[in-house]
Amino acid sequence: MRRALPWILGALGVVAVAALWELYKWLGPADGVVLGATAGQAGSGFRILPRTGDLNMPHVWDMFERLAAGNGPGTPPLWLSVLAAMGVTLGCAALGLALGLVVGFALALLMQRSRIVEWGVLPWVIVSQTVPLIAFAPIIARIGSQIDRGGFPWPGWLSVAVIASYLAFFPVAVGALRGLRSPDAIHVDLLRSYGAGYGQTLRKLRLPASVPYLLPALRLAAASAVVGAVVAEVSIGMPGGLGRMIIQFAQSASADPALPYGPVFGAVVVGLLAAGSVALLGLVLRNYRRGEAVA
Amino acid sequence: MTLQQAERGTGTAALRIVAPVVVGVLLVALWWLLSANQGRTALIPTPPMVWTELVERGDVVLKATWITAFNALVGLGIGTVLGIALAGLAAWLRVLDWMAAPVVAAIAVVPIVALTPIFNTMFGASSQYGRQLIAGIAAFVPVFINVLRGLRQARPVQRDLFAALAASGGQTFRRLTLPTALPYLFTGLTMASSLAVISALVAEYFGGPSNGLGTAIATYAKSGKTALAWAHVAAAIAVGLVFFLVTALIERIVTRRIPI
Amino acid sequence: MRFETKEALAAVPAVRAVGVEKTFGKRAKAVGALSGIDLEIAAGEFVSLIGPSGCGKSTLMRLLADLDQPTAGTVEIYGRTPRQARLGQEYGIAFQQAGLLPWRTVVQNIALPLELHGVSYAERAERAQRLAEMVGLADFMDRPPDQLSGGMQQRVAIARALAEQPRLLLMDEPFGALDEMTRERMQGELARIVGQSGAAVVFVTHSIPEAVFLSDRVVVMSPRPGRITAVVDTPFGRDRPETLREEPAFFAKVTEVREALHGVPVERANER
Repeated sequence: MRRALPWILGALGVVAVAALWELYKWLGPADGVVLGATAGQAGSGFRILPRTGDLNMPHVWDMFERLAAGNGPGTPPLWLSVLAAMGVTLGCAALGLALGLVVGFALALLMQRSRIVEWGVLPWVIVSQTVPLIAFAPIIARIGSQIDRGGFPWPGWLSVAVIASYLAFFPVAVGALRGLRSPDAIHVDLLRSYGAGYGQTLRKLRLPASVPYLLPALRLAAASAVVGAVVAEVSIGMPGGLGRMIIQFAQSASADPALPYGPVFGAVVVGLLAAGSVALLGLVLRNYRRGEAVA
Repeated sequence: MTLQQAERGTGTAALRIVAPVVVGVLLVALWWLLSANQGRTALIPTPPMVWTELVERGDVVLKATWITAFNALVGLGIGTVLGIALAGLAAWLRVLDWMAAPVVAAIAVVPIVALTPIFNTMFGASSQYGRQLIAGIAAFVPVFINVLRGLRQARPVQRDLFAALAASGGQTFRRLTLPTALPYLFTGLTMASSLAVISALVAEYFGGPSNGLGTAIATYAKSGKTALAWAHVAAAIAVGLVFFLVTALIERIVTRRIPI
Repeated sequence: MRFETKEALAAVPAVRAVGVEKTFGKRAKAVGALSGIDLEIAAGEFVSLIGPSGCGKSTLMRLLADLDQPTAGTVEIYGRTPRQARLGQEYGIAFQQAGLLPWRTVVQNIALPLELHGVSYAERAERAQRLAEMVGLADFMDRPPDQLSGGMQQRVAIARALAEQPRLLLMDEPFGALDEMTRERMQGELARIVGQSGAAVVFVTHSIPEAVFLSDRVVVMSPRPGRITAVVDTPFGRDRPETLREEPAFFAKVTEVREALHGVPVERANER
């Protein structure tokens, strides 16, 4: 019972969000809450709470019913096409995460090895995070198609993965650097006293010690890779994935308001899947997450 | 420390500045090298080409910049206020924390920008509010998480001390809980400011009014005006840096002023 | 002395330090950590370094272990440079914190140095098993460190230091973080274990009774700059029963070390 309680309360939290949605839809004004509107002039003012009509806010149960229905007679149900799109996006995100992992880890190793490299590179790594690197997405796509035209095949999903890796590498680089630096001086001394070289110290001490720092970094990186993949699909117009699907379905939302929620739920599930697999990895590596008891 | 190490120590301060500058120069050189020998429609324009666009089309770039920056700012405001309010509630009511925890954890890992089309239908496609809300939700997460952590940060021994001094609830909050939580708020705020800018910008790829930096980058990149697209990228970088630096500066000033 | 046999006298000393200096910091505000250290420790001899904080006793030990390099002077471990000794695993080392790797079990921690030097799995397991028995932890072999008490963790650290069967043990306040009762028990066990292994020991400590109880010789140091001010012989023989702690001769030595520490001139009958 005690272990189940957080899960029950968590589920209650999700239900509460859905209930809030329905409650507002039921009680809220039909035209939403608009600030500073001029009387008699439609579309003026600033709407801070949405309109409550079925077109603007479909019922929660309609969203799920829509998932079960097809797009016309004889077509597969919506959830099946969403599932396929989820697969495409997840694949791009996973490839992006792998790329980001390699780049981020290589940077961290270099920075750990040499202070000068750290001083030279780390500020730029941090700057790269404060600037919206994802803004490059359309340009990456153009460069990709140029390479493709130049004879070297460069499919769209590769651009998507590269863009996703942009977002994923940062938390890995910073987390891994902190982790590789985390062993106590006493442990480093100990390995030195054994005459252990750089490789051995890395394998036996620095890598295992960095696990508690890497896992949260990895969770962040996985989530960022998903965001990057969805956004990149939209901005380079790659068909097949969730991002493109959301845009397409949003265009027919006026006739079928519950439709866009399908791929949005898909995106939510993909994000949760990515974070969940990192949590699973954490379970596998739980031995490396023990803190040393105070002697 | 050996003599060599001592000498290295004096050179350290200079090296800390020289090293990033050298890397920066290398990056620009690499850019220049990649962009060399290409025409005006080149994929990668040279730095002077971008600069020319920035000067000649400054008004266009500035207008787009202002729209995106304003959206990010409004979003940051919404997210910060919501984050602080809900964190305060969650710190006060444990049940609320347990209910909110999975929702917040989910928001943190979910591509929030995917909600943009839905917000656009909810608030009207000509409104910037959908984008501002997206930035707000993105900013909310780190503020909420960090403030909640900060409010729980006062150690039992410190609480015991205040209890032993017969301090009132208000005194304990003002002298202990708040000062310990404040640095956490600013950590959250610094993270939130970057997220707000990125989200406001990226939300523009998902429809809504056709203005702002993200829209401009996408449009000009597709139509071959790469130099102009890069000029907007430069503006986006500037917006991100300004947001980060301003929050970092406020963090420094406020955390220094707090007497503990 | 317990090892004054002919062969021991003929042997190379375990430690020979001549004119060792060590300064930290830049030239202008250099801090002398060690000055004019001359020290010779015979094979199999147990020597304690004692002194107030900042007297450089830990620094001296780090120089012996090649974890730091002297500014001037020479250090030899069994006739080799500290670097050669480190690479050749002439010494085992233990610190004030146990310094166990939290993700490894007791056995894996003990076997770490063996693993690093390519000892086969079977031999590692066998030796670690024997060492765990030696320090009385045979029942805890597969536990992670965070399930052990502080004293048990320190015993694992000692077993690990002994894993390579070194001829020299360097110990930097290994019992410093333990409570007094555990500490006395651990001292008894260390005396027994060291007796079995026959290794020379350099033992850094803050505690006068600890130094007297364990050592053949107590080296007294003083700070600013760190130097050796006195050497007290404590020749109680090889077997040291717990009852030694209550003997008048023991108290006399404790007093002698204390007076040496506080700079009161005392008559040292057996000064070397």
